[in-house]
Amino acid sequence: MSDFTPQELMVAVASREIRDGDLVFVGMRLPILAYAVARNSHAPTARGLFEVGLMRDQPASGFLGTMGDPPNVAGALWATRMSNAMALMAQGEVDLGFIGGAEVDRFGNLNTSYVGDPKKPEVKLPGSGGGADIAILSRRWVTLMTHERRRLVEKVSFITSPGYGDGTPSWRKRNGLPGGGPVAIITTLAVLRFPDGGGEAYLDSVHPGHTVDEVRANTGWDLRLAEHVSETSAPSNAELAAIKRFDPDGFWTRTQS
Amino acid sequence: MSMANAIERFVPDGATVALGTALEPLIPFAAGHELIRQSRRDLELVGPISDALFDQLIGAGCVRQVTAAWVGNVSEGLGHCYRRAAEEGVPRSIAIHDHTNFSIALALWAAAWNAPYIPTRTLLGSDILNTNPHLERDGDVVRVHAVRPDVAIVHVQRCDEHGHAHAWGPLGITEEAGLAAGRVIISCEELAESAPLLKHPNRILFPETKVVAVVHAPGGAHPSPVQGYFNRDHAFFRDYAAASRTREGFEAWLKRWVLDVPDRSAYLARIDTEALRIRE
Repeated sequence: MSDFTPQELMVAVASREIRDGDLVFVGMRLPILAYAVARNSHAPTARGLFEVGLMRDQPASGFLGTMGDPPNVAGALWATRMSNAMALMAQGEVDLGFIGGAEVDRFGNLNTSYVGDPKKPEVKLPGSGGGADIAILSRRWVTLMTHERRRLVEKVSFITSPGYGDGTPSWRKRNGLPGGGPVAIITTLAVLRFPDGGGEAYLDSVHPGHTVDEVRANTGWDLRLAEHVSETSAPSNAELAAIKRFDPDGFWTRTQS
Repeated sequence: MSMANAIERFVPDGATVALGTALEPLIPFAAGHELIRQSRRDLELVGPISDALFDQLIGAGCVRQVTAAWVGNVSEGLGHCYRRAAEEGVPRSIAIHDHTNFSIALALWAAAWNAPYIPTRTLLGSDILNTNPHLERDGDVVRVHAVRPDVAIVHVQRCDEHGHAHAWGPLGITEEAGLAAGRVIISCEELAESAPLLKHPNRILFPETKVVAVVHAPGGAHPSPVQGYFNRDHAFFRDYAAASRTREGFEAWLKRWVLDVPDRSAYLARIDTEALRIRE
């Protein structure tokens, strides 16, 4: 048994996607922790932008249940209206965004709206929030998800947040999407990445304790493999300590499924 | 003015109502619960993401249409009443006009500026364009058509009796919702003297000409946070998510926290608000 949870590993992996100096559009849940971990390690000059209308450098000193909680406002660099935060992203100033999703497909399209016919849905999901905005306008983005066949599907029934559309070359450019598109799908089992210029996701690394066969069996399409599929680096002690500091009761990384 | 009076006078059945415009903070739960107690019907709710309040209004049968970017429970996930209404028509079916956070802001700015629409590049490539008739692709841009609420209901930290309000922390789409709306109802933590508020006129949230009612409602945003006053009551959101998972559970929750509660002070008497109070 490993001494970290899948969520702790996902946070550590997500934090490594943040480069020093990045302006990060920080989504809810695990990305809030990923930003905090990155700021405390390899990205000390990154800045976080929150759609609620906040910019900050240092991560909040207290637990956050939502990005609008008082500890996230204390010490902020800017408290403003949402459309001002969106303005920076529309200008191409956001380097990296995080989006949560209920379903993702092989081309990185996310569905957070409807399972089944939108007129008579089997499941009504909460909706886009800022997800579609991030998917369309940020320079690159990452999604985090539980790895299950019903979530990683051949084709999403509804594209809330577009990845690479139908996977044909230059789909985003032809459809006028300004941002660069998804670069990684971080799951509870593995990390999937996309080729430069976009297209179809491939398996890049498998988390410790899991196998390529297990990942493929839990993926709803015939998953391509990287030339050398590696093992995902486990969270370091420093990363785990940072996660513990920002999620002291394990609300996001110990008690959530 | 009392909350009951403000809702009775200014929010008729069938109204288009903007609520929860600051996203997770400053959600006017006290006003929302009064809408439920007065059995408002056929409302159109307008908002960005809604943390539980839209779900409660939908479950109580007050809503005919949702025009929003996200409806659920931010720290817990799905909105169970929203699901039952959309999937099963329980307690009634609702129309859904999907937006993104950016596009609902643009729709309100368009209404605020009395423009028919605002062109944007967000939403390109999203199927949301196929479900909301007020979002229209035109070449390489999307026209976001104006959304004009009849009334915006906003909770703030301080306000005077004339409607000069100060709110702080992130504002979400509060300013554009108030400017776009025909009228604004304000509930506030503190009913303040005018002079200290007007000493900083740049910070006044809305023109006084928009504000039709000011309600002194301390704790009126619980369980959502109020910068400088209250932290978010995470456990309350968790308990609501668990209770609302079934229709029966939701009805029991609604009875306990809304229908059997005559007003906000009776509601607050059941909660340890001191444990949530921010001391700076």
